[in-house]
Amino acid sequence: MPTASALAQPAVAVKIGSGAWRRFCRHRLALFGVAAILLMVLASIVGPSLIPFDSLKIDIRHRFAPPPFEGHLFGTDQLGRDLLVRLLMAGRISLSIGFAAMTVSTAFGTLIGVAAGYYGGAVRVALMRFVDAMLCFPQIFLLLVLAAFIQPNVVTLTLIIAASSWMEVARVVEGQVRSLRERDFILAAEMLGASGRYVMFRELLPNAIGPIIVAATLTVARAILLEAYVSFLGYGIQPPMASWGNMLNNAQQYLGSAPWLAIFPGLMITLAVSSFNFVGDGLRDALDARFDLN
Amino acid sequence: MANFLLGRLLQSLVLLLIVSVIGFAVLHLAPGGPLAQFALIPGLTKEDLARMAHEMGLDRPLPMQYWEWLTRLLGGDWGHSYRDNRPVLDVITGRLPATLELMGAAILISVLAGAWIGVMGAIRRYSIFDMLATIGAMVALSIPTFWFGLIVIYIFSVHLGWLPPGNRTTVGGDGSFLDYLHHLIAPAAVLALVEVAIWSRYIRASMLDVVNQDYIRTARAKGLPERTVLWHHALRNALLPMIALAGVEIPTLLGGALVAETVFTWPGMGRLLLDSLGYRDYPVVMGILMFSAVLALLGNLLADLFAAVADPRVRLA
Repeated sequence: MPTASALAQPAVAVKIGSGAWRRFCRHRLALFGVAAILLMVLASIVGPSLIPFDSLKIDIRHRFAPPPFEGHLFGTDQLGRDLLVRLLMAGRISLSIGFAAMTVSTAFGTLIGVAAGYYGGAVRVALMRFVDAMLCFPQIFLLLVLAAFIQPNVVTLTLIIAASSWMEVARVVEGQVRSLRERDFILAAEMLGASGRYVMFRELLPNAIGPIIVAATLTVARAILLEAYVSFLGYGIQPPMASWGNMLNNAQQYLGSAPWLAIFPGLMITLAVSSFNFVGDGLRDALDARFDLN
Repeated sequence: MANFLLGRLLQSLVLLLIVSVIGFAVLHLAPGGPLAQFALIPGLTKEDLARMAHEMGLDRPLPMQYWEWLTRLLGGDWGHSYRDNRPVLDVITGRLPATLELMGAAILISVLAGAWIGVMGAIRRYSIFDMLATIGAMVALSIPTFWFGLIVIYIFSVHLGWLPPGNRTTVGGDGSFLDYLHHLIAPAAVLALVEVAIWSRYIRASMLDVVNQDYIRTARAKGLPERTVLWHHALRNALLPMIALAGVEIPTLLGGALVAETVFTWPGMGRLLLDSLGYRDYPVVMGILMFSAVLALLGNLLADLFAAVADPRVRLA
C-alpha cells in the first residue's frame, strides 16, 4: 500500500515563502554569516585594486615586516610581499573553488539522488551502493589520492573536490525523492501522462529543493576547508598564486619568528567556513529541513 | 542474531568489493600509472620500461590485472612496497598502533568533554552556556584542523615550551610512558576538537529526548538527588544512540588523524599515506585505502552489534 506508507511518514515538502524568510531573518548567526560572506566576496573583488601593493611583487628589503608596518597593514611575508593583498587575492581563489566545487558536486549528487529515488529497484541499489562505497573512504584520503595524480590547478582542484564530496547530497536527495515518490501529486502527474524526466525535474526536484540548498551551503564550507588542506600539503594551488591553504604551507617554518603569517590566513579560513556553516544552519531552521551533513 | 550478522557481513563484503574496484580504478587510470616514478630514472630506455611493465603485468587489460590483484589479496598477499620491497601489510600494521593510539585518545577526550558539555547544555537549555556551546561547536567545526595544530604548536611549544612540537617520543629519550603521554596530548587534543563539537551536539539532543520520559520523573519522584538522576539514569540512556555515532564517525576520525599526523609529524597511517603518495608507492596507497574502508565497515558493524547488546529494545533486522 504505497499511499498508506506515504501518509505514515510525511515528506518534508518545502515551500519557500515569506515564513521561511522571516525564520531566516530571526537567526542572527545566519545573518552575520551572510554579511561576512558578502563582505569577503566584495573585499576580494575590489580590495586588491585599492591597495598600493602587488600580490606577487617581491621586496627583499622589507621581508618579515610585522603588522602594521608602513602601509603594510597585515605585515609582509618571507619575500616581502604585502600580506593583506595576498590574503584578498587568495580569497578570490579559495572562495571561487568553494563555490564552483559546490555547484559541481551538488548538481552531480542531485542527479544521482533523483535517479536513484525515482527509478528505485536495481538502479537505486546500484547507485546507492556506489555512494556507500565512496563514503567508506575518509574524504581526505580520497581527495589526496586524486590530488597526487593530477596536475593541480583551479579547474582540476575544483573537480576533484567535487568528486569527493557529492555523496552526501546524493543520499539526502535520494531520501527525499523516495518519500515524495509515493505521494498523490506524483501519481496524479503520472496519470496525466507526464514523462519520467518531467516528473523528476519538474515535480520531484522542486519539492526537494530545501534540503538541497542546505546541503549545498554546507558543501561550500567543506570545500573551502578541503582546498585549504590540500594546498597546505602542496598538492593544491601552486605558488606564486596565493590560496589561504598554500599561504599556511610557507608559514609553518616561520612559526616562531613570524607568527602573523600563520594567524591571518587561518582566521580567514575559519571566518569563511563558519559563515557558510552559520548560513547553512539558519537555512536548515528556516526551511525546516532536518538532517545533518556530518 | 546469526541471520542478522550473516546478512550484514555479506553486505559489508559486497561494499568492500565495490570499494576495491573504485580504489583500483582511481590508481590505475591516473596519468602515468604505477610506472610514472620509474620513468624519471635517467638511463632507463623505453624498452626497459616496457619490459618492467610486462614483468609487473601492467601491459595486460585492467580487468585481468584487477582479478589477479584481488585473488592475491584474498590469499593474504597485499603486494610489496615499491620503496623498500617490504610486504604492504607489514608496512601498514607497523604504522597502525600510532594512529589507533591517537584516535583512541581523541575519542576518550571527545566522549568525556562532549558528554559534559552536552548534558550541561541540555539541562540549562537556552542559557548563556548553552548558546556559547552551540556557537562554539559550529566554530570548532569550521576551524581548519591543521591550522589549529599550528596555533597549538605556536602557543604551547614555541611560546610556553610546555609540550613537544611533534613526534611520538623524545629522540634518544628513555621511552617512558610519561614521555609518550606528553607527546600525545597536543595531537590528540587537536584531533578531538571537531569530535567534541559533534559529540556535544548529539549528546545534548539525545539528553533532551531522554529527560522528558516517565522513568526520569519516577526517579525524581523517588527523591533521588538530581545529580544521580542526570548522570546515572538519564545520561546512560542518552548515550545509547551514541554507539552508532561512534561507528559512523570512524572515517571522519581517520581523516582527521591524517591531518593531525602531518602537523605533528606523528608516525601513523596518515603520514604513511602522504609519504607513499610522494613516492608513488601504489601498493601501499592501495593497501591504506582498503584498510581504511575495512576499518569503517568494521566500525559500523561493531556499533550495530554493541547497540543491540546494550539496548534490548533494538531489534536486529
